[in-house]
Amino acid sequence: MIKGLDVRANERQFIELKEYIDSIRQSQGILMQTLHKAQEIFGYLPIEVQKFIAHEVDVPLAEVYGVATFYTQFSITPKGKHKIGVCLGTACYVKGSQLVLDKLSKELKVSVGETTEDNEFTLEATRCLGCCGLAPVMMIDGDVYGKLEPKKIPEILAKYKD
Amino acid sequence: MDKVNVTINGITVNVPKDYTVLMAAREAGIDIPTLCFLKDINEIAACRVCVVEVDVKGVPMRNLPASCVLQVQDGMNVRTNTPKVRSAVKMNVELILANHNRECLTCLRNGTCELQKLCDELGIDDIEFQGAKREAKIDNLSYSIVRDSSKCILCGRCVSTCRDVQGIGILDFTKRGFKTEVAPAFDFSMKDVPCVYCGQCIQACPVAALRERSYIDDVWDAIDDPEKFVVVQTAPAVRASLGEEFGYPVGTDVTGKMVAALKRLGFDKVFDTNFSADLTILEEGTELLSRVTNGGKLPMITSCSPGWIRYCELNYPEFLDNLSTCKSPQQMFGAIVKSYYAEKEGIDPSKIVSVSVMPCTSKKTEANRPEMEVDGYRDVDYSLTTRELGDMIKRARISFTKLPDEHTDSILGDYTGAGAIFGATGGVMEAALRTVADILTGKDLDSIEYQAVRGIEGVKEASVVLPIGGVDTEVKVAVAHGTANAAKVLESVKAGEKDYHFIEVMACPGGCVHGGGQSHVSAKARLDVNPKINRANALYELDRSLPKRKSHKNPEVMKLYEDYLKEPNGHLSHKLLHTHYVKRDSYIVEQEEEFAKMLEKLDK
Repeated sequence: MIKGLDVRANERQFIELKEYIDSIRQSQGILMQTLHKAQEIFGYLPIEVQKFIAHEVDVPLAEVYGVATFYTQFSITPKGKHKIGVCLGTACYVKGSQLVLDKLSKELKVSVGETTEDNEFTLEATRCLGCCGLAPVMMIDGDVYGKLEPKKIPEILAKYKD
Repeated sequence: MDKVNVTINGITVNVPKDYTVLMAAREAGIDIPTLCFLKDINEIAACRVCVVEVDVKGVPMRNLPASCVLQVQDGMNVRTNTPKVRSAVKMNVELILANHNRECLTCLRNGTCELQKLCDELGIDDIEFQGAKREAKIDNLSYSIVRDSSKCILCGRCVSTCRDVQGIGILDFTKRGFKTEVAPAFDFSMKDVPCVYCGQCIQACPVAALRERSYIDDVWDAIDDPEKFVVVQTAPAVRASLGEEFGYPVGTDVTGKMVAALKRLGFDKVFDTNFSADLTILEEGTELLSRVTNGGKLPMITSCSPGWIRYCELNYPEFLDNLSTCKSPQQMFGAIVKSYYAEKEGIDPSKIVSVSVMPCTSKKTEANRPEMEVDGYRDVDYSLTTRELGDMIKRARISFTKLPDEHTDSILGDYTGAGAIFGATGGVMEAALRTVADILTGKDLDSIEYQAVRGIEGVKEASVVLPIGGVDTEVKVAVAHGTANAAKVLESVKAGEKDYHFIEVMACPGGCVHGGGQSHVSAKARLDVNPKINRANALYELDRSLPKRKSHKNPEVMKLYEDYLKEPNGHLSHKLLHTHYVKRDSYIVEQEEEFAKMLEKLDK
């Protein structure tokens, strides 16, 4: 179970979101716009934020949740401090990036799209990162790691652990 | 409306230009198969079972359009039975079946499943696709509704019904692609969402993905236990639908056979909720008069429908004081059985098992509300739906159609026409007016049919001039059925646009006759028959056939007051027959209190 959002600590963010919703009330399709804004403000869309949106936009929570889980740019769970993106583009895949991804998943004890319990890492699969010569490739935050092998993973992860 | 000519399978029909091809085909006597289509409610072309081949003035349309949403055009030529159509429809159904739990033999909807019937009609004899299936999740935690994702075919009929008809929106399409699931937000259990358990989603579901939680086994156990004294009550609307389980036309009154079947099932006493409907009128009518004359909270709103009560508690807590404090007829009946009846007959109330048969799934949750008991005895132990009773009768192998008509037992089985019409929208209002008008005028009025509150219009209004405190007063009433209509009425009261004395609300469209526990009527059958109208007519006919048509003329109810309760709204009545309501929160988050405070602050 994900820990609930600290409502009081995020009051400013809620106010910002409400001001945004009030500013677009007249336009059409405000649910999508609101979700984008909320994702930007909070970094993810926990139940508290979706419940707030349902209340403000006056749509059932199930509808908000339906849209939020349909589009991949929205996230229901918080993102970790470090974002790992493993390339599953054709070149990387042929060079074994799936094995790299599996190793990461095992080391971090999360599936693709999830965040570790300590909120340190979010593991994601990406499309081509544009450096196929280095395949298989992954990125952690801004850093690129090429010519990967599963056995190199623990060493790389260690650099990001305090 | 302008009309256009459309040719379907060589037959030309002249239809209004806003018709869909599907409706035009019906005019031509051609039956296009459908699955996700639910007229006026779910017309979304999702299942692709109704596809047809079309050309307009010789120009073929691209692909095969879905006839449920394709508007007719002049000169359109439609073919529904070509090799291309047959193979596409068959393929589309096979694809649906590939991800469907096909254990038909052990399925609750075996025999009433619309998908099963479609497979038969289309001659599906093999499912080539042996792919992955969605994860099966069964949520049976609520008292009323079971959701089974393995049976769901993503037709969206429940989604549209809950969101658009009832204005609630518990279920929606969540996630995407193969992982798509019709579910409540955040995968909450049906137990923990602001669902009113009306069961209209069950009525909309073509398969068994949504169904009632069954208490049949508990009832058999009670019947088979020689220590237990098992009594049963049947709601007004049940008798207008039960016959459908045995092939009778929609809206056939089968009261006599229903009573005979219940006796043969082994219930020790067969009573009638119509009796406690009459009792409700005495209590509620008296409460209304007292509120009107003593300056109590108005408008008073009926409290018979547990779905409506939950809706009000969840969405309009500011109206809780407007709700009549009367328990629903189901609960009143239970409370009387284990007090008055037990005392009269010298039966230990702890030995009594109180069973109800209801047109309703919300009644199951109501029966389980913690406060619905007196002196530690539950008012109602098990609440069954009309469908569950049908299943029990079939399982006992009783030939329902051959049963004689039998009468309910005394001393809780007599009823008047006023009690009988409780099952139709407007029925409680009409029954109350019959009694209140008699009391206020001091006469035995002959004019007792209040046509203005009958029928299936969403919100009905009427006014009656009655002498209150010696002054002729215009008593204004409203009747709403379906929670979306209830919201409309409440909003108009809130805005000060309307000032009613008395409002009747039923959670289900059409009232109890169209409750979530009634016999299934397929989407196709609904094109020809309106169960709301047919079943209501059965009850109004029953009303007309009865010698007594006013609740205060019910001899058994009057005896109950004479011997036991003494007077309506008296001390004992309050203990047994009245209740209270609470504001309910929904989708509770970890810091719910903080969250509510913040919402309130920001709303200002």
